[in-house]
Amino acid sequence: MSVGATPDRFQAADVDGAHHREDNYLLASSGLGSWLVTLDHKRIGVMYLIGIMASFFLGGIFALVLRAELFTGQKLFLSEDAYNQMFTLHGAVMTFLFIIPSIPAALGNFMLPIMLGQKDVAFPRMNLASFYLWIIGAVFFLCAIVFGGLDTGWTFYTPYSITTSTRVILALLGVFVLGFSSIFTGLNFVVTINTMRPHGMSWFKMPLFLWALYATSIIQLLATPVLGITGLLLIAERALRIGIFDPELGGDPVLFQHFFWFYSHPAVYIMILPAMGIVSELVAVFSRKHIFGYRFIAYSSIAIALLGFLVWGHHMFVSGQSQLAAVVFSGLTFSVSIPSAIKVFNWLSTMYKGSISLATPMCYALSFIFLFTIGGLTGLFLGALSTDIQLHDTYFVVAHFHYVMMGGTLVAFVGGLYYWWPKMFGVMYNENAGRLFCLIVFLGFNLTFFPQFIMGSRGMPRRYARYVEEFQIYHQLSTMGAFLLGIGMVGAIAVLIYSLYRGKKAPANPWGAATLEWMCSSPPSLHNFEEPPAVGDPYNYDNLRYDEREGGYVVVPGAAKKTSSH
Amino acid sequence: MNLLSTLSLLAEAGSLFFTPSNSVFAPEVDNLFDLIYWISAFFFVLIVAVMVYFVVMYRRRPGHSVQPSPSHNNVLEITWSVLPSFLLVLIFVMGFTGYMNIRTPPDDAYEIHVYAKKWSWLFQYPNGAESSDLHIPVGRPVRFILESEDVIHNMFVPAFRTKMDCVPGRYNEIWVLADHSTGTGIKDEDHEPTWLFCAEYCGRDHSNMKAKVFVHETGDFDAWVAKAANLYEGRTMAEVGELLYKRKGCISCHSIDGTRKSGPSFKGGFGTAHKMADGSEVVMDENYIRESIRDPRAKVVAGYEPVMPVFPSSRLSDKDITAISEFIKSLK
Ligand code: HEM
Ligand SMILES: [Cu+2]
Repeated sequence: MSVGATPDRFQAADVDGAHHREDNYLLASSGLGSWLVTLDHKRIGVMYLIGIMASFFLGGIFALVLRAELFTGQKLFLSEDAYNQMFTLHGAVMTFLFIIPSIPAALGNFMLPIMLGQKDVAFPRMNLASFYLWIIGAVFFLCAIVFGGLDTGWTFYTPYSITTSTRVILALLGVFVLGFSSIFTGLNFVVTINTMRPHGMSWFKMPLFLWALYATSIIQLLATPVLGITGLLLIAERALRIGIFDPELGGDPVLFQHFFWFYSHPAVYIMILPAMGIVSELVAVFSRKHIFGYRFIAYSSIAIALLGFLVWGHHMFVSGQSQLAAVVFSGLTFSVSIPSAIKVFNWLSTMYKGSISLATPMCYALSFIFLFTIGGLTGLFLGALSTDIQLHDTYFVVAHFHYVMMGGTLVAFVGGLYYWWPKMFGVMYNENAGRLFCLIVFLGFNLTFFPQFIMGSRGMPRRYARYVEEFQIYHQLSTMGAFLLGIGMVGAIAVLIYSLYRGKKAPANPWGAATLEWMCSSPPSLHNFEEPPAVGDPYNYDNLRYDEREGGYVVVPGAAKKTSSH
Repeated sequence: MNLLSTLSLLAEAGSLFFTPSNSVFAPEVDNLFDLIYWISAFFFVLIVAVMVYFVVMYRRRPGHSVQPSPSHNNVLEITWSVLPSFLLVLIFVMGFTGYMNIRTPPDDAYEIHVYAKKWSWLFQYPNGAESSDLHIPVGRPVRFILESEDVIHNMFVPAFRTKMDCVPGRYNEIWVLADHSTGTGIKDEDHEPTWLFCAEYCGRDHSNMKAKVFVHETGDFDAWVAKAANLYEGRTMAEVGELLYKRKGCISCHSIDGTRKSGPSFKGGFGTAHKMADGSEVVMDENYIRESIRDPRAKVVAGYEPVMPVFPSSRLSDKDITAISEFIKSLK
């Protein structure tokens, strides 16, 4: 029977409704084949997880090679050409293959239907198609790497990208296909959230992670087509010389930058919004406090999604765009910082008077708040026109976006992975090891990227294979940090993988969370729920109590329907 | 450079985040940077302190339990959304005024043309002098007109606190007024120049596309630029010819090692006979070279397209042509 195809969603799995452990989705059917054609959102989520983690480690290896080469400032083992390819591939793999799909496609896919108390997304086949598009896109990328590489930077600026002899067209086709994958996921999520919220879950009873995914999906739907078209135009320019972007043919290279950033700045919010959603869940659960300012957080996600479309010009302050444009874009850029700041204040207020557990996911959430605050505040230096002129295209920018994308999105992603791991695989990991590697990641991260703020403001340009001696000390600190960070990341993932073999069996609700995914067994059965779960306030923990025998939280009998009054 | 000497250097320089500046608008940029820095430091310390305090105060422990507190408060939330906006407006306005200074050159500025190409810089001065490092006078506004011959480059001088893209097919401009010289005298060794970097990725040697910036005392600059315009002083004719061969672009079509490009190679060409497109034979001598430069279509070597541009005397003087002939003659 094909999963998700039957309309009666809560058909009992067995005749008598009895539920065996073997019903869990991991064991429901076996063999590689049963995974490859599955329509189960959970299995698709797991396959995505494997794919993006592989991409992350590939991109991570590129990063460590880059950092190693930069240890001295002279040639160590990479020629200039090899270095340029390396940073391009690092950026392109991390952005297109890893960070954009990471949270929505892996964790979102797995959790979204369960958090709605449903058994699948609205269009399970489209979901599977989206995964295969991701694979095809990744294959195009790998082909580009194998057959001649790519050296344009992940931004593909013209006219360089028109003249280089590397595999621009292959990579752009990859981006194009990945774009469709992203659009499919976004469309699926929008429809699922719009039409499949259960009885009793009004918009403002929805978990904030779903608000974040909803806002993200809107950006994916509206912005990604622009990237696709830009890619096609660039392919046409290279292959047919039509004269849109190439100055030799009367085209305008700055036009390309407008097109490119019109997608790629909103893409930054595709990366960060779901991360903020995860942190909202974590902070509430591990403080056992109702999230503070629910509506403000929800609205700020939408505000960020919409304002995110109006600020792309801040990447082009020194491209020679008109001074008026620069001023307008600078002003709009600052408007995005307000909703981001609101969220930070709300998270802190949520912790007030709570009962804060420093479980591993919460450690990642705290780490996120620390790092994202630095990332966001350093955005102020870049949004202000006169300081941006000095900082543009220096290591200051590199540090800024790594604090936001890696310190923010990646850290939240790992936190979310630790949070949902017991649900996804039915096992508990070693808490102390989890926290230790979280700390190593945190220290390694700061050692890697903080020195980059300093060297950047002192004038070290980005995308440099060689540099002058005065920057050496900062590069050396940064390189040492990178290797520490690498150890931390490998360790963090190893802890999770080890738990698959040796972990204790997870209870249904180990953290005492009130969102619906914790109401089904760990791991969930094929159809998630036997009967529709009772919908309550997703942040009311009053009616949950720790149960020794279960090793997790259970609903206080008779209190299931209670919702918080506020 | 080791850690200790760096730290002591930084202590002398005064700030971790700045490199010494050399332009009149740098202090304004640095002040805004400082202001944002302190605002950020304030909020960062506040946020982290509150976070750590809460974690310690309210950590989960036996006997501790959640205390009731409201889960929203409109007054509070509106306050902390609106108040920071005032700071943001302040930062925005200061950034804007600083920017207008950086982007608005005075009318009487001295003009230098900047040609960026993979992977070198060429600076051209009003009297015709050219250099691959940048030389400017102190205390006098200088306007740069930026062009690129191939892909996008970016002229970035950290000490000036300014940068601007060089975009093929359009002119961009920036300006600077340096407030102190980098040394006295016109020889490079007498200076401690600062760096000029290419800040827009442009291919293989992007990170090697840098130049030095020399800021001269006023009298020194006039002497330097006069000397730079006079290529002939201190060079043999053949050496000048070689410089011209590179700078004026002959190099892009004529090799000196026998390789065939869009024009014939100069190697061993002098004094030998060449077959022309119309069937005649011409011996390459000074007169033939001069004619080929001034009127390239008059005699075209067999097997080549007539693509060479005309060089009028405004671009190559007769003396220059003599130097080029000497150079070609030297290529045996
Ligand atoms: C919310 C999460 C954010 C993310 C994920 C993010 C990410 C990025 C990335 C990837 C870049 C580099 C693009 C490149 O040149 O390759 C960048 C640059 C920039 N960011 Fe952000 N950013 C975020 C927040 C902010 C905020 C809050 C501000 C301003 C208040 C800001 C202002 C800027 C500016 C002005 C640039 C261009 C800097 C330059 O190239 O000179 N960003 N950001
Ligand atoms: Cu460059």
